[in-house]
Amino acid sequence: MKHLLSTENLSLANAIRILDTAEEMAAVGDREVKKLPALRGRTVVNLFFEDSTRTRISFEAAAKRLSADVINFAARGSSVSKGESLKDTAQTLSAMGADAVVIRHWASGAPHRLAATDWIDAAVINAGDGTHEHPTQALLDAFTMRRHWARLAGTGSEGADLKGMRVAIAGDVLHSRVARSNVWLLRTLGAEVTLVAPPTLLPIGVEKWPCKISYNMDETLEQGVDAVMMLRVQGERMNASFFPSTREYSRRWGFDDNRLKALDTLGMKDTIIMHPGPMNRGLEISAAAADSPRSTVLAQVRNGVSVRMAALYLLLSGDTREPAATPALAYAGTHSTKESN
Amino acid sequence: MAANTGTYLIRGASILGGEPADLLIRDGVIAETGTGLSAEDRAEDVTVIDASGLVALPGMVDVHTHLREPGREDAETVETGTRAAALGGYTAVHAMANSTPVADTAGVVEQVYTLGRTAGWVDVRPVGAVTVGLAGEQLAELGAMADSRARVRMFSDDGICVHDPVLMRRALEYVKAFDGVVAQHAQEPRLTAGAQMNEGEVSAVLGLAGWPAVAEESIIARDVLLAQHVGSRLHVCHVSTAGSVEIIRWAKERGINVTAEVTPHHLLLTDDLVRSYDPVFKVNPPLRTDADVQALRAGLADGTIDVVGTDHAPHPSEHKECEWAQAAMGMTGLETALSVVQHTMIETGLMTWADFARVTSTAAAKIGRLADQGRPLEAGEPANVILVDPAARWTVDPFRMATMGRNSPFKGRELPGKVVATFFKGHPTVLDGELNTPYPYADSTAGVA
Repeated sequence: MKHLLSTENLSLANAIRILDTAEEMAAVGDREVKKLPALRGRTVVNLFFEDSTRTRISFEAAAKRLSADVINFAARGSSVSKGESLKDTAQTLSAMGADAVVIRHWASGAPHRLAATDWIDAAVINAGDGTHEHPTQALLDAFTMRRHWARLAGTGSEGADLKGMRVAIAGDVLHSRVARSNVWLLRTLGAEVTLVAPPTLLPIGVEKWPCKISYNMDETLEQGVDAVMMLRVQGERMNASFFPSTREYSRRWGFDDNRLKALDTLGMKDTIIMHPGPMNRGLEISAAAADSPRSTVLAQVRNGVSVRMAALYLLLSGDTREPAATPALAYAGTHSTKESN
Repeated sequence: MAANTGTYLIRGASILGGEPADLLIRDGVIAETGTGLSAEDRAEDVTVIDASGLVALPGMVDVHTHLREPGREDAETVETGTRAAALGGYTAVHAMANSTPVADTAGVVEQVYTLGRTAGWVDVRPVGAVTVGLAGEQLAELGAMADSRARVRMFSDDGICVHDPVLMRRALEYVKAFDGVVAQHAQEPRLTAGAQMNEGEVSAVLGLAGWPAVAEESIIARDVLLAQHVGSRLHVCHVSTAGSVEIIRWAKERGINVTAEVTPHHLLLTDDLVRSYDPVFKVNPPLRTDADVQALRAGLADGTIDVVGTDHAPHPSEHKECEWAQAAMGMTGLETALSVVQHTMIETGLMTWADFARVTSTAAAKIGRLADQGRPLEAGEPANVILVDPAARWTVDPFRMATMGRNSPFKGRELPGKVVATFFKGHPTVLDGELNTPYPYADSTAGVA
């Protein structure tokens, strides 16, 4: 694994390796000193062509916990807004010695271009590209689901997949990189995915995806789900006639209070409610659902740092063949405590 | 007056892929044909060309070329674009109107026409814009362009669809006054706002905004009905979908006066290539599916689609070395068209070389109303002739092309067929597969017809 561009081509072995490594990283987060020297002297650039404070600080925290030097390069207020091309930006970062580029871009495929060209010879991590993919989001979602699934099974997470887990992903699939990355990764991990959306917000060609399609939220819930993932709906979709009004959207496809109660009525006491954030409370998810004990929203944020640490570590450690739990990492862990003191 | 272009004896060329014969070219025309023609006993010097194993064809005529001049001389000039055309086997190209300024006045089309004659590599036939500035609001002075020295017969807002049905109707009606044709870029604009690639399985996965087939087909359906209603001549540019082929077939069965073109790239490439996100595969209309490719080949073979048009669209490298969404749409095509058509149509058994001559020359000349092009290879006809080595194999290298555009989607592919010689008005613009010299127009101030 030289880059992390998508989950579509991520093998089961690599997916499990990232998730297992993330478990080890999570343990670091529980220590008093949350830092490892694993990437000391390495430079990670957060190259953001699109605003996303949440994702940026998650990657920043992850890189810093691994002792990497972090440079934040925001497209706005930089040379990019003056018309500098992606190529020139990449070559500039290359000349400055970036070891990894975490790229968020409004254009689908921009991370692939960085990885496929000779503009820069650094590990590329896709932090969300257009309406294409957001692989670390899917990995942190899978990490969250796997912990939940393992706990229900009474086993440990390490090495586990999501076989048999029923996951509903609801909302604006058409414009969602989160939905795409989740569909591929959850398939790889063995979960059964149902996409729930108005037909206008499903892409032409979705019938070829490895998942079921539903236009009816209530029916999907009645058939039984172990996790419901609500996608953010952009208000501007309404102006483009993807749905008649936000109220109608909320009634038919939102996770409202009635549907929260329905989970109890239907006896699904262990079903979790997920959201990649930021949430539109009252639109795709009600406040009661967002704040209920079923909600994993904050766990997802926490797990995001662990998963991104794992991705950075695995891509930059150069140790791409060995299993994740390497002596080097354990060694690094003991050192970190000393050095931080 | 024809310039003195010398005398050439082409020996043993397979005429349109048929029986070998000799062609004597003199004073701009095919003077004699037959077998065993002799170079001796002639008053003038005769250059003999051994053409055994080569196919002789009428010079190719492109109905759809972007030469970029005036305005984007960093992308292509008339000089470089027509050098590429000659090397590709063309003796005439139609230069699309989307230059800067737009070719929407007699002045601009005459400028392009003059640049073409100054270059001297092929006939440059300017295409006039249908609407002022390609803005789709009011008709350009079509009559003035038709009456100009450029004698424009084809009008197109190519790049942009004449989507207003009333304006399209008027344009179709108006060009009847001078036997013109409206070449439509069929793209419903509302259905394709922000479109990046063919809408289907691949776009769903890649998260790129889709360009649905229906956006092309609905305009073609409307336009053939308009052409029928007003009794006009319609040409459909770069047909790209199976559904479009069906609609055009339907229209022709009803006697509607419609012609259609397909590009070489739509005969070979599919939207699977977009998975690379390499903008060299970004083009408008977009690459479609394999089912579309097969339907286009069948349509070209059975005559539903009349001609191959390259839609040669060179771009400077910075317009392709970027994100997919930022990249310009278009591909070069003049120097690969013959090879791609041989590969997709002849080597598949769908066509003969005689069919090739029809779709790359005869029918194209008829659409553009070019009297001296697309003629039979017979005595007395203008000597616009090419010699092709069908057994040659070559690997496409955009950096070895004459066009300034490096955006060939066929880069690295091995293709069959090589143009060995191009005779333009009896003068070899290409010899031994290399550029020779431009046609020596008799008037020193080229452009004065």
